[in-house]
Amino acid sequence: MSETALEHDHMTGRVWKFDSDISTDVLSPGQYAVDPVEVRKLHVLESVNPEFAPNVQPGDIVVAGSNFGCGSSRETAAENLRALGVACVVAESFARIFMRNAVAVGLPVIVCKGVHDSFSDGDTAKVVLSEGSVTNIDTGTSLVGDSLPAEMRDILAAGGILNVLQSQSE
Amino acid sequence: MSVAAVASELDDGINAMGMTHAERIFAQAAGGESVSAGEFVVADIDLAMLHDIFAAQVFDMLQEVEGDKIFDRAKVAVVIDHLVPAPSAEAAALHKRIREHVARLGIETFYDAGAGICHQLLPEGGHVRPGMLIVGTDSHTTTYGALGAGGTGIGTSDMVYALSTGRLWFRVPETIRFEMFGDLQPGVTWKDVILHLAGRYGTDGAQYKAMEFGGPAVKHADMPSRLTVANMAVEMGAKFGLFAADEVTDEYLIAQTGEGTDRYGPDPDATYEAVHEITLTDLDPQVARPHEVDNVGSVTEVEGITIDQAFIGSCTNGRIEDLRAAAAVLDGKHIASGVRLIVAPASQSVIKEATDSGVLATLVDAGATVLAPGCGPCFGGHGGLLAQGERCIGTHNRNFTGRMGHAAAEIYLGSPATVAASAIAGSIADPRTVEVAHV
Ligand code: SF4
Repeated sequence: MSETALEHDHMTGRVWKFDSDISTDVLSPGQYAVDPVEVRKLHVLESVNPEFAPNVQPGDIVVAGSNFGCGSSRETAAENLRALGVACVVAESFARIFMRNAVAVGLPVIVCKGVHDSFSDGDTAKVVLSEGSVTNIDTGTSLVGDSLPAEMRDILAAGGILNVLQSQSE
Repeated sequence: MSVAAVASELDDGINAMGMTHAERIFAQAAGGESVSAGEFVVADIDLAMLHDIFAAQVFDMLQEVEGDKIFDRAKVAVVIDHLVPAPSAEAAALHKRIREHVARLGIETFYDAGAGICHQLLPEGGHVRPGMLIVGTDSHTTTYGALGAGGTGIGTSDMVYALSTGRLWFRVPETIRFEMFGDLQPGVTWKDVILHLAGRYGTDGAQYKAMEFGGPAVKHADMPSRLTVANMAVEMGAKFGLFAADEVTDEYLIAQTGEGTDRYGPDPDATYEAVHEITLTDLDPQVARPHEVDNVGSVTEVEGITIDQAFIGSCTNGRIEDLRAAAAVLDGKHIASGVRLIVAPASQSVIKEATDSGVLATLVDAGATVLAPGCGPCFGGHGGLLAQGERCIGTHNRNFTGRMGHAAAEIYLGSPATVAASAIAGSIADPRTVEVAHV
């Protein structure tokens, strides 16, 4: 694996923890839907945790319960998290369209049973995408989720499906 | 139970490796003999649908990334339906941009503001046929499964890729089959059935999966009912909500397009992740309570809860059959004072039929406010939003916090008959307690 590929595959960051059924309405509130991403990203999850958007650092990791990203097909839900620098979202399960959109915009996602109970807000997590592994550095707990298929990791490594499209048509 | 017995009526499904309806669609779209659940495929798209919330953005991106390259202009449909008639200067400007893109790109299938809701217009206009793979920039693209087509929602970047290349990657989903038995009681509809399923299996009960609706009871489900059920499959997380193409599909397609269809569905020996048997005989009218679609119970559990607004419309239940069912309840009566009844027909042909048949007059006489065909209040866009602390019961598909206006408003979901009965009572009411006319 090349160095950049490894960089995409291994990530360590502070955990922001959320519960189940985080909808696209809270990830990308409707009233800012047509604003540029610089404005939209400031309101991500503000109704659930107002501390998140102002304080999240590039490389941080979001841990959540089941059905993360449920609701509409709006891609801005995933794009906003990526714009904030979130390195990866690890959840018990994702809403289908959110998961598709995350890959499409280059935001890594891992389905991992038990992750919600294994992390507290502020813990440090280490994620290896190709293995689907998630480790809590603070407690030592290690979990193995569903590793992303190579097809999806290729799109993520390219930085999203539009980059794939561009490189195909070059 | 034997799935073979269930699907044996589908006589054209002889295949060495039994495939589910979804596997069959993907095998066909990926140009292979057979595929199975869990596989990744690159599939050819038969139809790509965009509506006014995302169309301009997608076409802008397409122009920027791919210099306007579209795989096949005949396989693209654009609908202006969410913000109609334009409720603001910004919406009007958005629509203007879409019209310019559509003209410049030479897209033929274009439904402008006022024609109706995308998921009503595409089946109505004969654009949907069994076995097609259809993607849309809308989660309720699952609706097309009513006609046996694989319809599913995608985001804007995926749509740019699909429009440019005509292809998209998919993971072939596992399938959960719902075998339905028994007859619905008077006053109970297929909206109640899908609400019941959402309540029983939860909002992620079919996450990433295809749902197949089959069994003897489905034979008696007409196309409008199937559209309602497939529409809400996504509320359980499903990728597809599929009905096999049968006599009902054939008759519908002949009526809409003059061209019928062969049967199309799963093989008799297909492999399912689960098969659930559902008996419909004892089902009460169902209501979803705030703020999740799986918070469902019998109407008798919520009877008497006062409402400020009743809404009849959306791609779930805005068809002529739905307006007629509401009119049958409202005929000769008037909505309670202090209650607003908002009716948004799903398309122009629905409003025309409702006008010609007298259904519209019945609704207006009962005190209804009639909106232009479109989405309007369904997604909290405009035209009948809720204030803080207000309560609404509607025929649409989502009751999330903030979906219809203020975050501290409450949304209940039910069938057209339940909503109409509630509008008369001024509180959530059981449609079986109201005398029903023939309209
Ligand atoms: S009617 Fe409602 S659910 Fe249907 S497409 Fe419009 S906004 Fe979406």
